Amino acid sequence: MREKILHYIEKNARIDLKDLATVLGEDEAAVMNELEAMEAENIIAGYHTMINWDKAGVEKVTGMIEVRVTPQRGMGFDKVASHIYNYPEVSSVYLISGGFDFMVIIEGKTLREVAEFVSNKLAPLESVLSTKSNFILKKYKEAGTVLTDAPHDERMKMSL
Amino acid sequence: MRNPLSKTIVNIEPSGIRKFFDIVTEMDDAISLGVGEPDFDTPWRIRDEAIYSLEKGRTFYTSNAGLKELKEEISAYLHRKYDLSYDPAGEIFVTVGGSEAIDVALRAMLDPGDEVLIPQPSYVSYEPCTILANGTPVIIDLKEENEFRLTARELEEAITDRTKILVLPFPNNPTGAIMERQDLEAIAEVIIKHDIFVLTDEIYSELSYKNEHVSIASLPGLKERTIYINGFSKAFAMTGWRLGYACGPKEIIAQMLKIHQFAIMCAPTTSQYAAVEALRSCDAEVAEMKEEYNGRRRYLVKRFADMGVKCFEPFGAFYIFPSIRQFGLTSDEFATQLLHRKKVAVVPGTAFGKSGEGFIRISYAYSLEQLKLALDRIEEFVTELKAEKGF
Repeated sequence: MREKILHYIEKNARIDLKDLATVLGEDEAAVMNELEAMEAENIIAGYHTMINWDKAGVEKVTGMIEVRVTPQRGMGFDKVASHIYNYPEVSSVYLISGGFDFMVIIEGKTLREVAEFVSNKLAPLESVLSTKSNFILKKYKEAGTVLTDAPHDERMKMSL
Repeated sequence: MRNPLSKTIVNIEPSGIRKFFDIVTEMDDAISLGVGEPDFDTPWRIRDEAIYSLEKGRTFYTSNAGLKELKEEISAYLHRKYDLSYDPAGEIFVTVGGSEAIDVALRAMLDPGDEVLIPQPSYVSYEPCTILANGTPVIIDLKEENEFRLTARELEEAITDRTKILVLPFPNNPTGAIMERQDLEAIAEVIIKHDIFVLTDEIYSELSYKNEHVSIASLPGLKERTIYINGFSKAFAMTGWRLGYACGPKEIIAQMLKIHQFAIMCAPTTSQYAAVEALRSCDAEVAEMKEEYNGRRRYLVKRFADMGVKCFEPFGAFYIFPSIRQFGLTSDEFATQLLHRKKVAVVPGTAFGKSGEGFIRISYAYSLEQLKLALDRIEEFVTELKAEKGF
């Protein structure tokens, strides 16, 4: 049942418990128990709102920083990662295979703010060998949702 | 001037539902639960394949029966899904939607006076197509107490010496009814005993929520007397592509193909290339759409039960067919009042035959949010009606 619940709420976080149980054809109390358990186990790690900031008219800059590091003895990459992800400016950190080690995603109000974070905080870290900053110019699709057009029902209103 | 028109066509009653549709279309703020097509876009990989075929300049006729590649994919798909075996060379041909297949099958098989059994409520084209093919439609009124399935007894009672074809429209539009294996086995016996043919319209076969869909053509002794019709509209959300197919015994298909060749030439080429991709690699997309429909179906069944509106649980297609008899209104009155008072559009059951009286068709080819909004309004309406009627 867990996978079913997760699959459904991944795209419909706001559905109420009663409707969720109905849609899945499961008992309401059982669904509630599973939800609570999965929240406690951090399987459900949060319920976020997906915002199209461009449409909202709010300036935001997202930098995707490629970071090469020296792993610390005994700790591998994890210790370096935690050092980086604990900064609130950092929205995501991924360990990457290939030409660099971490993809660090930073959100700021301005380009300068992001650039300053990189040069003042990220680059000077002892284990960081190099950084390469990439800035997002336009978001087309995020987390499975196309951001460019609002969905529109093109169908005739009635058909047999 | 002489009368330019054919008496046959003039005498076919125009669908009474048109007027109602026009009102709905002009009411901008109405929420419609009236569509008979999926709300999903055609999966991108299918559309992409169509674009690619255009870029490659594949814009010519295909052979009359359709692309060889597509017929082979249809054959493989029907075998994989429904345990059917049709030879791509001679037992399958590609049509302009399931609709063309229905028309052509009836024209290829009927002589004047032959009777065609049409269970109703059902899709609107079987009856006029029978008349246009010089056949005589004989309606079997399906019953709610049988969950709108066709029983062996109903079939037996409708058969005469002139009966030639039984139309079998399951999973059913508008009722959402299905025929399970044991239901099919029961009627199969009658079909064989009376030596009649079956035109099975299984356009909604992918949308069957109880067990795996069973085709009557897969039952022993039925393949040789069945024209099997399916298409891409519902399963792959491809209504506008106008693509379907018919399968059956070689000698029937050959005659159907003759009509198709003269009247149509071939199904749209771009759609055919797209359809190859649909059958080859869209199982996951189809399954996901089905799961989504199923959730909405459960939601609607629950809402009507909570409202105290009687409704059998439909297990197919994307329709639910609640009974509105308790309100003392005809289907037409109920739908009209619901539209004017609450701005929700549903289709009166009578649009699908007289036996649809007392019911309305609600489509769940809409997002759960839309359904919720519409159902809240229907609930208000039902509550008001109950108060007005004094119960």
